[in-house]
Amino acid sequence: MIAYILRSLAQAVMVMLAVALLAFSMFRFVGDPVANMVGQEASVAERAELAERLGLNDPFPIQFFHFVRDMARGEFGMSYRQGRPVRDLLAERVPATVELALLSSLFALVFGIALGVYAAINRRGILANAAMSLSLIGVSLPTFLIGIGLIYLFAVELRWLPSFGRGEVTRLGWWTTGLLTETGRKSLIMPVLTLGFFQLTLIMRLVRAEMLEALRTDYVKFARARGIPERSISFRHALRNTMIPVVTIAGLQFGSVIAFAIVTETVFQWPGLGALFVQAVQFVDIPVMAAYLMFVALVFVVVNLSVDLLYFALDPRLRGTTAAPAR
Amino acid sequence: MRAPTPQAERFSARLWRAWDSDVAWSFRHSPIAIVAALTVVVLLLGAALAPLIAPQNAFDAASLNLMEGFTRPGEPSAVTGRVFLLGTDDQGRDMLSAILYGSRVSLLVGFASVVFSIAIGVSLGLMAGYLGGRTDAFIMRIADIQLSFPAILIALLVFGVARGLIKPQYHEQAAIIVLIIAIGLSNWASYARTVRGSTLVEKNKDYVMSARVMGRSALAIMGRHVLPNVTGPVLVIATINLALAIIAESTLSFLGVGVPPTQPSLGTLIRVGQQFLFSGEWWILFYPALDLVLLALSINLLGDWLRDALNPKLR
Repeated sequence: MIAYILRSLAQAVMVMLAVALLAFSMFRFVGDPVANMVGQEASVAERAELAERLGLNDPFPIQFFHFVRDMARGEFGMSYRQGRPVRDLLAERVPATVELALLSSLFALVFGIALGVYAAINRRGILANAAMSLSLIGVSLPTFLIGIGLIYLFAVELRWLPSFGRGEVTRLGWWTTGLLTETGRKSLIMPVLTLGFFQLTLIMRLVRAEMLEALRTDYVKFARARGIPERSISFRHALRNTMIPVVTIAGLQFGSVIAFAIVTETVFQWPGLGALFVQAVQFVDIPVMAAYLMFVALVFVVVNLSVDLLYFALDPRLRGTTAAPAR
Repeated sequence: MRAPTPQAERFSARLWRAWDSDVAWSFRHSPIAIVAALTVVVLLLGAALAPLIAPQNAFDAASLNLMEGFTRPGEPSAVTGRVFLLGTDDQGRDMLSAILYGSRVSLLVGFASVVFSIAIGVSLGLMAGYLGGRTDAFIMRIADIQLSFPAILIALLVFGVARGLIKPQYHEQAAIIVLIIAIGLSNWASYARTVRGSTLVEKNKDYVMSARVMGRSALAIMGRHVLPNVTGPVLVIATINLALAIIAESTLSFLGVGVPPTQPSLGTLIRVGQQFLFSGEWWILFYPALDLVLLALSINLLGDWLRDALNPKLR
C-alpha cells in the first residue's frame, strides 16, 4: 500500500512539473514579458535592466527552475492588466469558487445518489422515467443556458433571488463566505443549481446503472432469501458496492466542476477564479492564465490522490495488498 | 419504354442494397432517429441556404432600420408596420435572419473543428497502435492528460495563447480559425484512444501481415490497409463530438472569447440577448437558444442511435 501511495505521489509531481513547463512556456514565449510590464516611455536601458532582473537572460533550464521555485512559494508575478500581484488576485477569489464548487458537488452527490437509487428500485415508475428523460436533456443543454433559464424564472419573473454577485459576505480571517448572511445564501442557490445540474445527471445515471447491476448479484438474492428487509438490502448491501465507481467519477468530475465554474461564474457575475480566468484570456494576461492553470492542475492532482486513497477506505479487499485498484 | 442502361441498373441495385442494409433498417424503425435526422437536415439547410432564404442580410448594417428595433415576434412594427416572424433585436435586425446566419458560423466552426480533431486523433491513434513501444506510451500519456482536463479549459488556454501570438489588428479575421483550432485541439484524444484500440486488433490480422511481407512501408499499411478498417467507431464519436463542438463554440462565444460581434454565432446572439432579458424582450435570447438546443439535442440523439445501430452486440 505504501509503495502504491508513493507511486501515485511521484506521478502527481510529474504532472505538476509538466503543467509548470507549459505555464512557463506560455509566460516566456507568448508576447514579450518586458514589453508587457514597462510603459511605452521606458528606455532601452530600463528594459534591459528589467530583463536582467527577471532573469530572462539566464539559460532556459535555470529560468524554468526559478519559475518552479517561485510557483512553489506562491509567487506568480504581477498581473499585466491590473498591475497587482497575481497571488493577491487569486487569494481574493479562491473562496468564492471553492464555496461554489463544494456546495454544488454536495448537492449533486446527495440528490444524484438519492434519485439514482430511486430510479433503480422503481424501474418502471413514472417519476423514475421522468428523471431519466430529464437527465438526457440535461446532457444536451449547455451550462450557460441552464443558468440563463434559472435567472429568467427566479430573478426576472418571480423576483425571488438575486441574479448576480455573492450578496453580503462574512470575513473569517482571509476566507470569505456567503453562508452566514441571508443575501449570501440566496445568491448561492442559482449558481449551485446550475453548476450541480450536469454532475447530478451524471451521478444519477451512474448510480442507477450500478445499482441495477448490484441488485442482480447473488449476494443480494441471498440477502433476500434470508428475509432481510428490502430497504436494508438496497442501502446496506447494494448501494455500498456501487460507491467505488461513484466516488471515482465524482472525484474525477471535480476538475470539470472547476472548469464549468468558468461558465457559471460568468453567467452570474460570480467573483471567482473562473471569471478572473476568462478576463485574463480576453486581455492575454499571461501571468494570471499561468497561475490559474497551475491552480487547476493542483486541484486535479490533489483530488486524484484523494480518490486513490479513498479506495482503500471503501474497499477492504485492497487493504494489505500492494496491488493497484483497477479503475 | 426504353430498357434501363447497365449503369442505371447498377445504381439502383446499389441503392436497393443501401436501403436494405441493417443500418437503414434500424433507421426506418426508430422514430426518434427519423425526427432527429429531419431536424438536423432542416437546420443544416437553413444555415447553408441562409443568403437565399433569409428575409434580410442580417449583418449588412445598411439593411437595418433602427426604428424597427424591439419589434415583437409576429406583430407588425409600430413604426413601419412590417411583420417579423421571430421579432427584431435592438438594432431592428430580423431575428430569423440572424439565427440563419448565426447557425452558419456555429456549424462551420463545429464541422471544421471535428474534421481537425479527427485528422490529429486518427493519425496519432494509428501511429500509437501500429508502431507501439515508446511512441505509443508517449502519445497515450499526452492523451490521458488531455482527457482528464476539461475541453473548455484547454480551448480557452489555446485561444488565449493564440491571441498573444497574433497581432491585435488580425484578431478579428483570425478569430474563426483560432476557434476551430482551439476546439479541435481539445477533442482529439477520444479519437486517438479508439483508433489505437482497433489498430491493436487489426495489426495482427493476416492482411496486415501479408502487406508487410510484400514489403509495403509502415505508412502505406497504416493509411491504405488499417485506416479503412478502423473508421466505424470514429463516425460515432464524430457525431457526438459535433454536438460537443457546437456547444463548445457557443460557450466560448457566450464567454466573449469566440467569434467577433461582426460575425456572430448562436453563442454570440445568446450573449447579446441576455442583456434584454430583464427588460422583457425575451425573444432576442429565446430563439437563438432554442435553435442551439434543437441542434445539439438532435445531433446527440442521432449519435446515440448510430452507436446502437453499428453495435452488432445490440442487434
